[in-house]
Amino acid sequence: MRRRPNYLAGVAAVAWLIIVALPLYVMLAATVQSKGDYAKGSPLSWPEHFTFENYSGAFDEGFGQFFVNTLIVTVAVVGIVVVLVPPLAYAVVRSRSRVASGVFRLFLLGLAIPAQAVIVPMFYLISEAGLYDNLIGVILPTAAFCLPISTLILSGAMRDIGHELFEAMAVDGASPRRMFLQLVLPLSKGGISTIVVFSALQAWNGFLFPLVLTQSDSTKVITLGLYNFQTEHGINVPGTLAAVFMSMVPILLVYLFARRALVQGLMGVGGK
Amino acid sequence: MTTQLTRAAAPAKDSGRRSGRARGVRSADVGRPGFAWAVPATIFFVLFAILPLLAVAVLSFMSWGGIGDPEWVGLDNWNRVFDDPVMIKSIWLTLLLTVLGVVLQTPLSILIGVWAAGTQRNRAVISAVYFVPLLLSSTAVSVLWRALLDPNFGIPSEATWLFGDGNLFGEQSTAIGVLAFVSTWQFTPLHSLIYQGAARAIPQVLYQAAEIDGAGRVRQFFSITLPQLRNSVITSMILMVVGGLTTFETVLILTQGGPGTDTTISAYYMYQKAFKSFDFGAGAVIALLLVVAATIISLIVVRLSGYDKMRSTMEGVS
Repeated sequence: MRRRPNYLAGVAAVAWLIIVALPLYVMLAATVQSKGDYAKGSPLSWPEHFTFENYSGAFDEGFGQFFVNTLIVTVAVVGIVVVLVPPLAYAVVRSRSRVASGVFRLFLLGLAIPAQAVIVPMFYLISEAGLYDNLIGVILPTAAFCLPISTLILSGAMRDIGHELFEAMAVDGASPRRMFLQLVLPLSKGGISTIVVFSALQAWNGFLFPLVLTQSDSTKVITLGLYNFQTEHGINVPGTLAAVFMSMVPILLVYLFARRALVQGLMGVGGK
Repeated sequence: MTTQLTRAAAPAKDSGRRSGRARGVRSADVGRPGFAWAVPATIFFVLFAILPLLAVAVLSFMSWGGIGDPEWVGLDNWNRVFDDPVMIKSIWLTLLLTVLGVVLQTPLSILIGVWAAGTQRNRAVISAVYFVPLLLSSTAVSVLWRALLDPNFGIPSEATWLFGDGNLFGEQSTAIGVLAFVSTWQFTPLHSLIYQGAARAIPQVLYQAAEIDGAGRVRQFFSITLPQLRNSVITSMILMVVGGLTTFETVLILTQGGPGTDTTISAYYMYQKAFKSFDFGAGAVIALLLVVAATIISLIVVRLSGYDKMRSTMEGVS
């Protein structure tokens, strides 16, 4: 971009790299040490005797079940978002109806609603619906709170589709449905993968709704499992950190393989 | 990403054909989807987001202990919440943490974002590491830092020259410091990402012109880069303010609002009121206050900055 290197920003960048990477290193190093070794040595030292007892310990605490539950929630949330958002974004971008633009404004307004604001009535409504302590009760609000940003991202992607393509299909007498299936969906694959990754991340990392809407081990998601593990065994630092790392592994894998979609999704949050 | 696809697909397909056959067809209205396409998503969103938001307003005038039916109590909850010294304190703490977040994260993320927009070697690899905290749940981040800062087994116990007795959670000032630091650690990547995108979009012509005029790097940064990033500063600040007002997991896991109530910020106090003291009416009042505050502050930032008028950042370029 510019010819001379920018030293000030470079120093800040390296300093920040250390601040980000050091805790991650301490975490990984701690998870492969026994409790005793970790307490004896410095948190920063390289582990001497490797052990995987912390990981098996986390499984003994039910993390296998929590993993499955989180996976169910994530798949269901992504499913709902992928079914609901593309037709909505299509209507927002292409419809001449005034209702459609009003709907878009409603979703923009929805961007400003924090989940914290609705947990009290959500608890009431979900209990009344008989869905308390049921994964469905977690899935529905989590999916709803993914909709505004997903709509924003996907309608942005659909706006990029050239007008002349629609006109050409209209001339051929194509119905809105055929345009949606043959033109809009294929050309907004990038946007769709962005909202898939984004809502999967939201669902996987979600904490507040599970915290107030579930209570038993059979419906516990992984973030809640982490929280409980920390309150019960916080003194066991290596064990706790092993649980933390296990909760991250799937996201890190997605990051490795779908970095582009993920970063696009996060940029979408910031409105570019 | 879709832009490239469309560009590739666009040219050949239609240009010849349209001029002949489209005449007489009001092409603008043909094949337009009706609003029915938006209905399923809208119903779903109204049911699980808008309706609860309206319900929180109604519940703030009702008394409910978690079982049975809520009862109408008028302004009772509101009076109780505003007479509660812990609540008043929580508002100040929330503001303090929000301001701390903005002050710490804004310069840092502008610096990192502008740097990451450059073309240095290894930049891609380093940026990849930067974003890791952003991928993690607030829960994982908080549990991680709680373990790393453990008074007995964590990093502070190794560096007593820096951290005193090593118990950062025992005093209000250090506990607030921990909360501000952990939020910064977690969210600086997001804001850097916003600035990185914006810095990449700054036209090179501006820098070339400045160089011809003999402007140095610092001058270029303050006269070109910063003004060009204005819209991003606003976006990122709104995100910081809303994020700061609704901070919850970090407090719940790192400090439990303590010592005493010294880090009990409003969102955490709402959770305690509703789900620990089973005073859902008071919880609803606090929730409503949070939404209103977040909306008002966002609107003020937008208005003050003139963002709603959307002045072009391309002034002087074309």
